[in-house]
Amino acid sequence: MAANTTDADWIGHIRRIRDAQDQAAFVALFKHFAPRVKAFLMKSGASESLAEECTQEVMATLWRKSHLFDPARASVATWIFTIARNRKIDALRKQRRPEPEDLTWGPEAEPDQEDVLTLQQESERLAEALAQLPEKQRDLITKAYFGDLSHSEIADQTGLPLGTIKSRIRLALEKLRHEMK
Amino acid sequence: MAPIKHHLSDSLLMAYSAGTLPEAFNLVIATHVSMCDECRARMESFDTVGGAVLESCDLVSLDAGSLEATLAMIAGAPVDRVRPATPCKGGIFPAPLRDYVGGDLESVRWKKLGGGVSQYLLDTSRDATVRLLHIPAGTAVPDHGHRGTELTLVLKGAFIDGNDRFARGDVEIADEDLQHTPIADVGEDCICLAATDARLKFSKLIPRMAQPFIGM
Repeated sequence: MAANTTDADWIGHIRRIRDAQDQAAFVALFKHFAPRVKAFLMKSGASESLAEECTQEVMATLWRKSHLFDPARASVATWIFTIARNRKIDALRKQRRPEPEDLTWGPEAEPDQEDVLTLQQESERLAEALAQLPEKQRDLITKAYFGDLSHSEIADQTGLPLGTIKSRIRLALEKLRHEMK
Repeated sequence: MAPIKHHLSDSLLMAYSAGTLPEAFNLVIATHVSMCDECRARMESFDTVGGAVLESCDLVSLDAGSLEATLAMIAGAPVDRVRPATPCKGGIFPAPLRDYVGGDLESVRWKKLGGGVSQYLLDTSRDATVRLLHIPAGTAVPDHGHRGTELTLVLKGAFIDGNDRFARGDVEIADEDLQHTPIADVGEDCICLAATDARLKFSKLIPRMAQPFIGM
């Protein structure tokens, strides 16, 4: 990671793609995230060549869908994770992925800046909490995301403090519901 | 609509976020989350964990022409402006279920199972099955034990199971230890979406007996 680029800074990159089709912003995102997406896909069982192909598709999807990113509910890393995950299900497991009904801001509305900042801070805190878990516990969580655990092997108690970020996302959803009325 | 009382478990939401569940379970979860902002917020929290896992991955080197190939993919590709269709009002099926059925309740081609109960199997990957069930008001779904996990989401009406009442949006999670007898509440017929991963395990052990009363 360019040491000085924080989660919150990546939001600006996505906005520049959305608003100005800014290729330099895309290249910066690519350099940071593409090697991680490829690693994630290979750890999930993809061959090197399939992972490479899917990584390029994931990054291209990020370009095309930049208007759907909601920074009051997700960090850029989180959003890219969901795109990579969906590509993984499609390419590796050959399944459709039923998704919940979409909730997105209309073209006229944007989330509050303060909500965005708080959410990004909470995402960083959660990443720190994950890094600080005892190794055994952290291993179980990463295994779950790489598909090495079945749902019945996943504990309902993960040891991760998810309460605060959940409340922030819940609040963002309420505002969005209000906006949609 | 009364508030939803019976929610998804953390382990199911985490597995949904990780993308490791059978398609049949994913459909029940996506349908519940469409109706339940509490579980949507929990699910998106697990997506945040996924983002942190992605961020912590060791770097793998890309092919030499990787960036150029991706830039070629997006060259000339306009930034998509299409927004997802707003949820359609009316009807009882949230969007993900409507996609699988090809419409709302009136599009369901029910098959009778006996005892007044009807079902409609949805087309998903074979590692689990998901069906719509129509249970007449006041009718019991015969006692059935489980192999594996069963998720039952109420879309219309309600059912009673022991001391619990499950109404629209509520989901019951049953595992192999639970012997249960859901009874559709009086007043109106109950329509639910039920997924199970039992069948595969069943058929491996005793193929001939794999189709008990309602195919569960």
